Amino acid sequence: MSTGYHVVVLGSLVPDLLQTLEPVQGPTGPGLKNEMMLPAVLDPWAGHALFEAAHVAAAHPGSKVWLVSLGPKAKLQQLMMSIAQKVPFELVAVDGSASGFHDAFDVAEALAAAIERIPALDRSRLLLFGGCASASRDAGATVQMVGERLGITDQFLSADELTVTADGVLTVLERVEGGQYLASKVSGPPCAIAWATGSLPEPPNNPQVGMANMRGIMPALQKASSVQVGAQGGTTFMSLELPKQERKTRIVKDVPLDEMAREIAEWIKA
Amino acid sequence: MHANGASKDHPPLLQTLPGDDVRQIMWRFAERFDCQMVVQSARAVARGPVARAVAKGARNSHEWTEEKAALLQEFDASGITAASIDPEYGGYIEGPKNFVLGLLAFELAWVDAGAGTSSMANTLALAPIHERGTPEQKQKYMAASIPPQPGESRTIWRGAFALTESIPYVGVDTGVLSGRVRVAEWKDGEEPILHVDKRGRFITNMGAANFVTAAVDSGDPRIKGSCMIILEETDSGTWDRGIPTKKLAHQLSSTRDPVFSLQVPANRIIGGYTVKDGVIVPNYSHADVIEAVFTRTRATPAIMTSAKLLSAIEPVIRYHRRRFRGAVGITEGTPRFDMGLQQKEDALHRLLDVWAAGEAGASLGFETARLLDTYDAIEKAKAEALAAQGIAGGRAELKALRAREADAAEYVVLSHKTAPTAAESARLATLEADPVVKFMVTESLSSVLIPSAKLWNTGHGVNMMREAVSMMGGYGITEDCPGFLGTKWIDGQLEATYEGPEVVQRRQLSVTMSRPIFLQQFQQWIKRLRSIAQDHPTLGLGTLAAAMELWFWSREYLSKAKDAHGRDLYSNQRHGVTYPLADALAWLVATYHLVQDVIELKAKGPAHPALAEGIDGLVGFYSDLTHIHCATSAGEATRICAELVFGYRAESDAAKAGDPEAFQDVAAFIALRTKVDGSLAGSKLAKDRAAESLSHVMIPEVLDYPV
Repeated sequence: MSTGYHVVVLGSLVPDLLQTLEPVQGPTGPGLKNEMMLPAVLDPWAGHALFEAAHVAAAHPGSKVWLVSLGPKAKLQQLMMSIAQKVPFELVAVDGSASGFHDAFDVAEALAAAIERIPALDRSRLLLFGGCASASRDAGATVQMVGERLGITDQFLSADELTVTADGVLTVLERVEGGQYLASKVSGPPCAIAWATGSLPEPPNNPQVGMANMRGIMPALQKASSVQVGAQGGTTFMSLELPKQERKTRIVKDVPLDEMAREIAEWIKA
Repeated sequence: MHANGASKDHPPLLQTLPGDDVRQIMWRFAERFDCQMVVQSARAVARGPVARAVAKGARNSHEWTEEKAALLQEFDASGITAASIDPEYGGYIEGPKNFVLGLLAFELAWVDAGAGTSSMANTLALAPIHERGTPEQKQKYMAASIPPQPGESRTIWRGAFALTESIPYVGVDTGVLSGRVRVAEWKDGEEPILHVDKRGRFITNMGAANFVTAAVDSGDPRIKGSCMIILEETDSGTWDRGIPTKKLAHQLSSTRDPVFSLQVPANRIIGGYTVKDGVIVPNYSHADVIEAVFTRTRATPAIMTSAKLLSAIEPVIRYHRRRFRGAVGITEGTPRFDMGLQQKEDALHRLLDVWAAGEAGASLGFETARLLDTYDAIEKAKAEALAAQGIAGGRAELKALRAREADAAEYVVLSHKTAPTAAESARLATLEADPVVKFMVTESLSSVLIPSAKLWNTGHGVNMMREAVSMMGGYGITEDCPGFLGTKWIDGQLEATYEGPEVVQRRQLSVTMSRPIFLQQFQQWIKRLRSIAQDHPTLGLGTLAAAMELWFWSREYLSKAKDAHGRDLYSNQRHGVTYPLADALAWLVATYHLVQDVIELKAKGPAHPALAEGIDGLVGFYSDLTHIHCATSAGEATRICAELVFGYRAESDAAKAGDPEAFQDVAAFIALRTKVDGSLAGSKLAKDRAAESLSHVMIPEVLDYPV
């Protein structure tokens, strides 16, 4: 009998958060200015999910991790050069836009279809992981929608911890109001967990892991299926707006620390 | 105005600073994911732990501190340490590693070159063993230098390369060693025990080293000549790490003046030894070993200086743009608020010069590293081919190689033909398959590229780093300067000095640049530039080709001419002639390789999906940057050549300046110089266009490493 979990992590790239992100209306819909040319990173919430997945897999022999990513192939390849060194996984690439200006419905449809095509996936052992939010699109709905499409009804949102007892019962800590956790138990997979930050640090790069991962990643990128999402897929955007960054700098001299602290506190309260 | 900044009257502008996609195309590693991963690993360490250490003031001590030592563990954990070691000993990158080490150095030096040096010091210590060590030595020291894997309890070994000694001994002149090796004990049928005395100076990694590869000379008639020998921390005798060097640069690396007086078995002689008539004869002298080492390691510091220049672009732009924000009366939407100092042409133009120098240096450095990656296999094939003819090293080999110079020159010519005849193709194939010819061509090229990169990237690079610092105002020379530009400036000066200072590189170039095979290569470069100039009219290729023609003519002229006193101009000790000519060549060689990389970007960039959005602006900017550098380079080379060609004439000739009749013997030079001058047309317009891009290019909100 097979043991271990089949952990599928949903996660893709977002523009490096230090970049200037300026929305523009392009020929195929809204996007960020120079989005394709900006350096990209793994969406931080997806990163937490991936590292938690690797942790679960390492603790349960026979487990395997897949990272299912929807993004432009060329950008995914760049992303893999760093992510592939973190933890062992197999990439399932879906070639399409990773823009934040997409509806979670389209994205979930594409991701669920990609998961259904994974030949070795045992759905009875499936843990579906993803971020509870995204740095580029904060709908927080993609994991749920993918779960629904895959028939996974045990879903946990904003999770920070997953523990497994000897008899295979999963306990999930979900964030709820007021800094409290809701502890839920589920008898076993399949279940979907949308991670908040989890509790694991980002693993250091391990080039040996990277070299091993890359042997599967390059073919996966070559055979990535293409999808049309967002405006390309038929979604119409009536209008869009990003919050403007507000920066008010004032140069002053010889102000006592207490005075500065008082002023900052007042500004925060206001 | 379109989204990419283009309009009917203005060409497209550079949209973003060049990222990994651009670099991978230009530096030809788009297909090498092993290299791309190393870049990401090194970048994470550089812009994380290294940058934090610098920001916290870790450089402000000559001592080897825990904070600095912790960085070595970061290098171990991220794969940086093992990147230089072959897989058979536990490394993870197949094949030659000059290029990958160049990338590592680039990423680390982007933040702090001392960290780069620290990571490279172990590679340098292992290099003598890698190049000339016995199989047993390789197995022992390479494997020990691999970081322990999970489950292993051993401690990693770290090494130091000990060549330099206190004045008046080995420094620039590597021949005058004071370190001595003597026979301490030699029992019949047993391994001789040697006593090694060595006092090192400026020995990098000495704070952490467990073993040292030391250069010593024989102090005993029972040992012939010099050698390099491995010393271990646990050997019997004195292992004194010595006092820390009070250096002003690269403070994150450990540099000390160690003292060794140790007894070691003779099998520590690198490359082994034979016993002849009761005398221990090392298989390789220390000169043999360090020649092999320095052939391969000098491109790395060259790349480090170029990394600093390129790293300065973003912080300088940000500083210029935000220079006046926050001041009373400077409101959002006004030119002073939005553009700051970038309103001023001077700020833009000077930064372009810094950028161009960084690009050209990186292009030359990485091309050199790529060439060196081919070197080992070619050298080995040559040695086998000559051995099959009964020729094994020494004078016999030199004689055999000299006899093939015409073939090698023919190969250079044929390999540059764009439309060879059938007979030429057949001949080319024959020469291509000849390992001796291939070696001669590769060696002639590498022996120019290596010193050019080391000399020009670091020497000119430091000058341009000073420019970058000056552009940050008073901010630049403080520890608070974003991007650590002030420390990078002085670090660059060390890169110009260590592993062979500028004078050594000029000396080497003064010999290698006049070899017939290289001169043939150089002429082929000129022809190539002429042949592609029409396809790339905005690159300034005509300017570069004209300057190269002028250099070539000048070298020919100077090699035959005499000064006003009848003395030969181009001679071994006439450094006033040969060294400036070497400087001029280095300018041209660096620029030529920038051209090659930009042509590569023009060819492959448009097909890259991530670049398509802004490719016109990207290619346009790089074309203009290249044009700017071709003009600068031509100006420098022309000035130097003019001084040499005219400067040794009698003073009385100066009064005849402008009279064509008085300078008939150098009329060709005057014509070539006029050609260079005329070819500069448009170069300043290119600078104006590039400046426009510089003033609009999108930069990140903040630097991605701390200050």
